[in-house]
Amino acid sequence: MPEVLMPRLSDTMEEGTLSQWVKHEGDPVRRGDVLAVIETDKAAMEMEAYDEGVLTRILVEEGASVPIGTPIAVIGEPAGPAPAPPAPARPAPAPPPAAPPPSGAVPPSGAAPPSGAALPSGAALPPAPAQGPVRASPLARALARQHGIDLAAVRGTGPGGRVIRADIDDAIRDRAAPRPAAPAGTAPAGIASAGAVPAGTAPAGAVPAAAAPGGTAPGEEAVPLSTVRRLTAQRMAASAREAPHFYLTVLADAGELLEFRSRVNARREADVKVSVTDLLVRACAVALAGHPELNASWDQTRILRHRRINIGIAVAVEDGLIVPVIEDADRKTLTEIARQAHDLASRARARRITPGELAGGTFTVSNLGMYGIRQFTAVINPPQAAILAVGAAVREPVVRGDEIAIGTTMALTLSIDHRVVDGATAAAFLADLKDLIEEPLRIVA
Amino acid sequence: MAVISYRQALHDTLRAELRRDDDVVLLGEEIGVFEGSYKITAGLLAEFGPRRVRDTPICEEGFTGLAIGAAMLGLRPVVEIMTINFSLLAIDQIVNNAAKLRSMSGGQVSVPLVIRTPGGGGQQLSATHSQNLEVWYAHVPGLKVVAPATPADAKGLLAAAIRDDDPVIVIENLALYNTRGEVPDGEHVAEIGRAAVLKPGRDITIVGYSRSAVIALDVARRLEGEGIGAEVIDLRSLRPLDRETICASARRTGRAVVVEDDWLSYGVGAEVAATIAEGAFDYLDAPVRRVAAAEVPLPYAKPLELAALPDAGALIRVIRQTLDATRFAR
Repeated sequence: MPEVLMPRLSDTMEEGTLSQWVKHEGDPVRRGDVLAVIETDKAAMEMEAYDEGVLTRILVEEGASVPIGTPIAVIGEPAGPAPAPPAPARPAPAPPPAAPPPSGAVPPSGAAPPSGAALPSGAALPPAPAQGPVRASPLARALARQHGIDLAAVRGTGPGGRVIRADIDDAIRDRAAPRPAAPAGTAPAGIASAGAVPAGTAPAGAVPAAAAPGGTAPGEEAVPLSTVRRLTAQRMAASAREAPHFYLTVLADAGELLEFRSRVNARREADVKVSVTDLLVRACAVALAGHPELNASWDQTRILRHRRINIGIAVAVEDGLIVPVIEDADRKTLTEIARQAHDLASRARARRITPGELAGGTFTVSNLGMYGIRQFTAVINPPQAAILAVGAAVREPVVRGDEIAIGTTMALTLSIDHRVVDGATAAAFLADLKDLIEEPLRIVA
Repeated sequence: MAVISYRQALHDTLRAELRRDDDVVLLGEEIGVFEGSYKITAGLLAEFGPRRVRDTPICEEGFTGLAIGAAMLGLRPVVEIMTINFSLLAIDQIVNNAAKLRSMSGGQVSVPLVIRTPGGGGQQLSATHSQNLEVWYAHVPGLKVVAPATPADAKGLLAAAIRDDDPVIVIENLALYNTRGEVPDGEHVAEIGRAAVLKPGRDITIVGYSRSAVIALDVARRLEGEGIGAEVIDLRSLRPLDRETICASARRTGRAVVVEDDWLSYGVGAEVAATIAEGAFDYLDAPVRRVAAAEVPLPYAKPLELAALPDAGALIRVIRQTLDATRFAR
């Protein structure tokens, strides 16, 4: 299996910095493809592949410097057919190679023909089902069982995304000592994710004098952490610490949207009324379909773009936040979304929601408009790329042409993980979303 | 302990057994006057005479049947079939008589017969003279099949086969006759049905037998230099198969590769892989892989013949794939 070595790109070069991986683990590689960008003492240069196959392992992370000749990646034979990407909260396994592997071993370039037959792993097996149980080695399953680890929450790094022993070992280590860079894998996705930055909730300058851990000062009460609270705290802190947030706000004219909503609700005898949030879920899904860069997550060494658009809705529960997910919101009617959102929210408050209904979100909407909040910024629900904070629709003077008129405006604030998306891209998405809100027929068109 | 060749170990064992037990007789084509196609029986006709060392006509079915009858009546015949390819002419005698008589006579007769026969390719003997047909016999209850990889086992397993009261096929290998190794002096009888751990290791199990066990050991020693601990299991006996030793090793390492000179489909590797799946499933971190001969009649042309047979390079490639598939870091 050919190793890719840090190349000598200039005479004076002694080591190179891996500034960017262009190919990612699991990507098919053809001779001449650009694998990575290497920074030398002189310049940044593209490094091309000399071997064909699949980039099976990346050995040097972006940003690291290694001496020339150091193995930085492994190009191997294509693994068996990989399953289709599962629900995106569990980061998707590597994309399947372009073609199924031939049944004979692929000889490395320039090497003598292989002696003997070696059946490539998985070559003769039927393709894995597109959706189905987690692929895991028997050893990984046994270890997960033994240590009480949810296999579905572990990212498989074996061939085709198979969970292998090393992944379980990582999960056990992460659980024992949560590292700052720990992927979201070990905490149940969907619990405790989106929410307002609690700025100003603590008294200004308040470092409680006697609040040493374990004791309480007079006038204070210790509130033990529930699981939801603890996970909310962990995930929000990790997001605020890890994800470089930036914020974009747009004011949309919500008059048409509210009019549209009341007409929709007046003309139907539905069991559930369509809410502003439902309209926004559908609007976001439509906008995301046109801006797939936003329907993505950060995965430490790469960005995962999700084919499915699954919108999470932040729901306040007694002592934390829960984010049930409307899967495939771009393919559901408003009525379906309204009915499902209503059902999920009421069951979330009643604590009768399943982990599956909290998993797989690719984007989150948080609406505090019903509290009269004009505008706020939300903390990103990791590992998603962005979250939308929706403020109240407020009647106020607006300028129309050269006139001042009474309009209804709504502030939409997008929080974006700058590792995944840059300003202009996010702005284009938000502008499209504003247009959808102002032309609500587009939401259902 | 003397260092002698595999060929010498076989010869010395036959001679010692002929001396030890008057019931031991040798039969085969060209084993007497010509001293054997591969000289295993050199000097034995001169020493023991034609009543004990018998040249036969070129008729495998006939002299194998003769030996089975002699064994039923109390002798301990050791038949040499020049290569395993020719044993096909005697397969009805072997499968339908030698293997069945104990059961079908309700235990009244046993067949203490030994058939020695070399298999293997790589000698440019072309497709019909280069086969590894041991699975044909390992498939059959009532037979025992051993396949020594080392001179020591050539001695120990042949002695055990001669002293066994049931028919035992001793699979020799053309490519191993000249290999040398330490052989215990004096009485040395191995246990049939017991695999050997040729080299311990904690990272991956390599299973082989006969010539492939030698390849496996060579590869394991090379990988040692890279910090990869490969455990090498030499099956030694294909029937009975030592499933416990195989599974215990796979449980320790979590990864296994089988290397065999026979064809991939329905081969020894398939049996070993199934054994591991049944006995060590929860301990596996990767699928068991097989390295075997290309599924073609073995070509005569040397480069093609070499390309079709498994070698160290093919084994190393599959071992690396298995290690990579489990993020093995050295």
